[in-house]
Amino acid sequence: MILGRVVGEVVSTDKRPQFEGAKLLLVQPETPQGVATGTAFVAIDSVGAGRGELVLAVLEGRAAGEALARKLAPVDAAIVGIVDQVDCVEA
Amino acid sequence: MQLARVLGTVVATRKEPAFEGIKLLLIQPLSAAGDDVGRPLVAVDAMSAGVGQQVFFVRGKEASFPWYPTEVPADAGIVGIVDHWSTVES
Repeated sequence: MILGRVVGEVVSTDKRPQFEGAKLLLVQPETPQGVATGTAFVAIDSVGAGRGELVLAVLEGRAAGEALARKLAPVDAAIVGIVDQVDCVEA
Repeated sequence: MQLARVLGTVVATRKEPAFEGIKLLLIQPLSAAGDDVGRPLVAVDAMSAGVGQQVFFVRGKEASFPWYPTEVPADAGIVGIVDHWSTVES
């Protein structure tokens, strides 16, 4: 799993039926120190995350599908937790 | 998933039989700011997307799920058309 920041929302009317009702959020990966790294990705949100929040995300199909709890969902990324705090010894 | 723009189409006559009837599109991944990021790639199209449209695509085995139980040997697939997106910055 990775740490990321919710930086936006994606609106899509025309999508695979497994996405119906799911919230699609843009997540920017971050280092433990809070520095943006890499490219933002689109994740389904199963925990009610909001804009600006630091989240825990899975970047793998099976895990993301389980987060969405729908059979044969063509997903590969999901927000599975909202991070309260990160303690890292190497700052 | 990732945001992308459809750049074009790919035609392949000789291919894995499971690809029969499936549209192949050339897509360019996009950043949250809408800029091109990384290399273009070929994705199977489960949405009847058109050239120039913004889409989101899935990577890995899940790209083949829209054709289940056919086992399509694809590793990227378009699964939604993007109306628009908003970011904190814009």
